[in-house]
Formats: sequence, C-alpha cells, structure tokens
Amino acid sequence: MTNKKWVPYLLLAPGALWLAIFFLTPMFNLGATSLYDPSGSLETGYVMNGHVGNYVDALSEYWPQFLRSFIFAAIATVLALVIAYPLAYAIALKSGKWKNILLVLVIAPFFTSFLLRTLAWTAILGDNSSFVHFLQNIHILPEGGRILATPFAVVMGLTYNFLPFMTLPLFTSLEKVDPRLIEAAGDLYSKPFTGFRRVVLPLSMPGVVAGTLLTFIPASGDYINAQLLGGIKNTTMIGNVIDRAFLERGAYPTAAALSFVLMAAIVILVATYVKRAGTEELV
Amino acid sequence: MDQIGGDLRLVSLRKEFGDFVAVDDIDILIPKGSFFALLGPSGCGKTTTLRMVAGLELPTAGQILIGDHDIAPLKPYNRPVNTVFQSYALFPHLDIYENVAFGLRRRGIKDVSAQVDAMLSLVELDAFARRKPSQLSGGQQQRVALARALINRPEVLLLDEPLGALDLKLRRQMQLELKRIQTEVGITFVHVTHDQEEAMTMADTIAVMNQGKVEQLGSPMDLYENPRTTFVANFLGQSNLLTGEVVERGDFVGVKVWGNQIKIPASRVATSNSKVWVGVRPEKIYISAESNHAHDHLGNQLVGTVLERSYIGVSTQFIVEIPGFLDDEKIIVFEQNVDASEVMAGDRVRISWDPAHTFALDAKQDAYAGDVLAETE
Ligand SMILES: Nc1ncnc2c1ncn2[C@@H]1O[C@H](COP(=O)(O)OP(=O)(O)O)[C@@H](O)[C@H]1O
Ligand SMILES: [Mg+2]
Repeated sequence: MTNKKWVPYLLLAPGALWLAIFFLTPMFNLGATSLYDPSGSLETGYVMNGHVGNYVDALSEYWPQFLRSFIFAAIATVLALVIAYPLAYAIALKSGKWKNILLVLVIAPFFTSFLLRTLAWTAILGDNSSFVHFLQNIHILPEGGRILATPFAVVMGLTYNFLPFMTLPLFTSLEKVDPRLIEAAGDLYSKPFTGFRRVVLPLSMPGVVAGTLLTFIPASGDYINAQLLGGIKNTTMIGNVIDRAFLERGAYPTAAALSFVLMAAIVILVATYVKRAGTEELV
Repeated sequence: MDQIGGDLRLVSLRKEFGDFVAVDDIDILIPKGSFFALLGPSGCGKTTTLRMVAGLELPTAGQILIGDHDIAPLKPYNRPVNTVFQSYALFPHLDIYENVAFGLRRRGIKDVSAQVDAMLSLVELDAFARRKPSQLSGGQQQRVALARALINRPEVLLLDEPLGALDLKLRRQMQLELKRIQTEVGITFVHVTHDQEEAMTMADTIAVMNQGKVEQLGSPMDLYENPRTTFVANFLGQSNLLTGEVVERGDFVGVKVWGNQIKIPASRVATSNSKVWVGVRPEKIYISAESNHAHDHLGNQLVGTVLERSYIGVSTQFIVEIPGFLDDEKIIVFEQNVDASEVMAGDRVRISWDPAHTFALDAKQDAYAGDVLAETE
C-alpha cells in the first residue's frame, strides 16, 4: 500500500506540467512586462526597471472603461439569468419527451463561430435593418435613431452570446430537483410560487452561481461585442483597450498592467460573490 | 379550511390514466380519529387513491368528503390533509427544525418554536434539530417526515408505505411507534401498505384493495376470520380452499367436498352460488392419528395421509392428502408445538375443525387470487 504513494502525483503530473508551461510561465512573463519601462518598444526592446507607475497610469487613464465593462457584464448577466432561468426550468421540469431536442437547441449556436454570430447581429441591428425600421415606425426609436453602435447593442450581444453558459448549469441543477419535493411543498400549504421560492430556487442556487460566473467573467473581458456592435463613444470595454494597447499601439507594459488589474478585479468580485452565495441565499 | 372536519368518505372515487382504470369507483368510510389501512399488492391503486385525497392527483369522478365538505375541488395547499411520502421527500437544503416548521411558516404562524420542539420530542429527535436530512438514518428521516406532517394537526394524515424503506427490525419498532403516536394525537391516519402483517398490527380498519377495487373492508379480525373473497383469504395469511357443492341450506349450510359432508354457518357463506370454495385456515385444524376420536365433537372431519411434516419451531406444519381430492387440494395444517406430535409423515390421520372456523366463497373466483407464493412461482 505505502509504496503506491506516488500514484496520485503521477496522475497530477500532466495537468501540473500543462499549467506550468501554458499558464504560470505566461503569467510570470506578463507580470514582468507590466513592470517594464514604458518608454521602450518592441523594436528597441524594453528595460526592466520595476516601473509600478504603469499600474497607476492604467487605472487613472482607463478606469471609465473598467467601470463600463463591469456594468455591461453585470447587466448582461442579470438579463441572461432572467431569460435563462424560466427556459432551464421549463426544459428540466416541464418538457417531457422534448427535453433532449430543446437541449440541443440551446447548444446549437455553438455549431457556428462566435465571431460569425456576432457579425450577423450587426446586420440585424444595422441602421437599414427591418428591425430598426420597425422600431422607428412604432416610435420606440426616434427617426434616424440607431441601435447599432449603442451600449444597448453591446449589452444585447453579450447577453445573447453568453446565454447558453447561463442556461446549461441552471438546467443541470434544476434537473436534479426531485418533483416530489415540489409536491411536498404544496402538501405543506405552499402555493405554487411559494413552493418555488422556498424549495426549487434554493436548490437551484449552485446553478445560479455557476451560470452567473460563467457569464460574468468572460463578459467582463470580452472585446468582440463592443468592437462589432459598439461605436466610438460610450461602448468601449476594457477588453478593447487591452486589445488596442497590445496589437495597435504596441504599448506592452500598459497592456500587461491593465490585464493584471482586470484579473485582480474579477477575482475580488467573484470571491466576494461566491462567499456570499456560500453562506446564505443570494436572493 | 378550519371548519372542515369529521369522517373521511370516498364516494365512487375513480381515476383513469388514459384507458387504464387505476382506481375503480371505490366507496370507503373512514371514521374520524381511526387508524385505517389501505392494503393491497403493488400496483393495485393505493398510492393513486392517497394522492387523490392529498390533492396531488385529480379524480376522474367521485367525491372526497371530510364531514360534509367535498374537498376534491380544493388545491393541495388548501386541504386539511398532510402526507408522509413514500420516499419521505424531506427538503434537503433545510435542517430538521426548518423541515418540521415548514408547514407552520407557510401558514404565517410567527412563533413556531414551542410547537416544533414538542413535535421533535414526540418523535424523539430533539437532539437532531440542526442536522440536515442527509445526516440522518432512514428511520430518523422517516420520523422527520412524520413530524413535518403531523405538526400541522391535519384532519387526515396520509402515510404512503412509510416503513417500506426500513429493515425488518426497525419496521416492527416503528409500527408500534406509529400506533402510539396515532393514539396520542387522535388524528385520522390513512396508512398505505402491501404488508398484511403491518396492516393487521396497526389498523383499526383495513380496506383490502385489488386491481383498483376494494375487495373487503373490516377489522383485521373480521378480514382474517371471515374473508369474503379468495383474494382476501389468500392475501391475509394462508387458507385451504376446497372444491365444494352446496347440498343443504339452513342455519348451517351443508356442503359436499368430494363425497365428504362439511358444515358451515350460513353467515359465513359469501355467495348464493351452489358451487363454492370451502375455506379453512391451517391453524384452525386439529390433526390426530386416525384411531384418535378426541376431536370428533368439533363437527367437520376428514381422513387422509400425511405427505410431509416439517418442524419450524413455533409450530409443526403438515401437508395432508385426502383420498378423492384434486392434486392441488392437499390440506395444510399448523399444529402448535405444545407437546411432541403423535403424527409422523406417512401416517393415516384424522383432521378436524369447527364449522365456525369454516367459510365458503364463490367458486367462480380464482382459488389462487392474492396468493403471494403461487403468483411468484
Ligand atoms: N401518472 C400515471 N400515469 C399512468 N399510469 C399510472 C400513473 N400513476 C399510476 N399509474 C398506474 O396505476 C396503477 C396503480 O398505481 P399505484 O396507485 O401507484 O399503485 P400502488 O401504490 O398500489 O402500488 C399502476 O398500474 C400504475 O402503473
Ligand atoms: Mg404505491
């Protein structure tokens, strides 16, 4: 027995190696880059001088984009939750023999690329689309008003793109709810909504937590939606800033510092959220 | 809701699932405060009946009355009825205390602690109030389910095979416990089970169900001593059923069984048909050597040969072959082990029993209906 102690380590080795090469090394690299002297460039090379000022600059210059990213991501997460919960509930508890077909439909968007689907929305929400004309005709949108290039379009894109990530964990946890518990709640004087509120909802909290994390985290760092569906003003997210700093301006130290700040902020937000979710009901 | 009260009456209650009739126009009266058992084999419609009373299943036809009040149209949460579910269905996210308090809280009762504490001590779970259901044993979970339902002081408590998941020893113990609790709270209990011994131990009245119908309703003793159908005769204990033909009617009915004259009190003949099954329970029969005439006074007697004799501790069981009887009409006799039996396998014997322990059933019924052993063969 005792001579088998190395077995767990052997099993862990491939994963650990993978993490070391593809996660720790780049992280370390990025960390180092964020402390380079910003006056350097790719062509002339960078000097490592522990320039903490990169972080100060990143935050003082780009805090509005940070804030906007988290607000957009939060709105998209809430919208996705509101849309996905009834959907997942219906599929898990009410769909009977249609369950598998409906599940495939939830996953179906993944058969096409994320980029293509977002591009398709530029056509649907474009200034000459029938959808926009329709909104103008019923005076929800003023004459000449736009959907594309507005915060609304970006948030809508985020919501749409991450909806399956919300739906699937919700479905998984709702499917595990024993329907007899709902009957028991009814038997114990709960009207249908109370039964839902007191039994189904608490039991589906793991799904709610997983779904909101799987939506909020990638949405906060996303730049595709803002790039394709956003405009010049009021829609730029932090992902776009980092993207441009790296690929257009070649401002590597700033970009690296921004990436670290984003990561830290997400970790703090998520940790706070999970801690609250773990100790008590969030709702 | 509070003014609903009284006996529970099921009137022509019927439930169809598509073409299938699960509950077939049953009529049952369950007196307030009694311990009532619905007994029958798996699939006979017990759970469906219970679910209709609870409001979890909509009857196809019929009424469910508590006192004079038809509760059939009421939603489950408006009925003064609570259920102990077959699988307990405890809320896994709530501790024992909150599970038990659930019904009170839903009815807006603010201060529940006195009642919850009292209920937890009634089921002897005071020490477990803050545990989650998953941390309890099956027997403890069962008691939580009982407490969670009872605390609401329903007019009727429904129990669906509540002891089915427990091992034999615990089941015996819980049977006595349930009976004690029912006596203590005085609430009408409707207990569903497929275990005849369980029903007989606990219930004041039993309805024996078979294929969606009530076969017979009565006290355990009634059903056992005077079964009115072959199903009841076989499902509750064991019966010898012999082919008979009525030859004489009066206070006592005379029946010929392959040439032998048997007497049966008229009140124990459940049919007007002249072709009957003559029934007698194995433990009502005395067995003695053919030459021994000590039991002649009893009235019914046959002479035959012992095929098999098996000693099983509390009793000795004999299988006796009677000349002229069919192959599957061998008579089973249980003899209490008081003194060593004088009868051995192969002996010629005289078997005797009292006409008052004899019953007659309609010969059109299947002699093996409800025979658990025969059906599994
Ligand atoms: N929802 C349902 N749909 C179709 N058939 C059902 C349904 N519920 C029960 N049945 C059928 O009704 C019969 C009686 O079931 P049930 O009341 O659960 O029996 P028991 O509790 O006596 O074992 C069974 O044959 C069962 O298959
Ligand atoms: Mg059942």
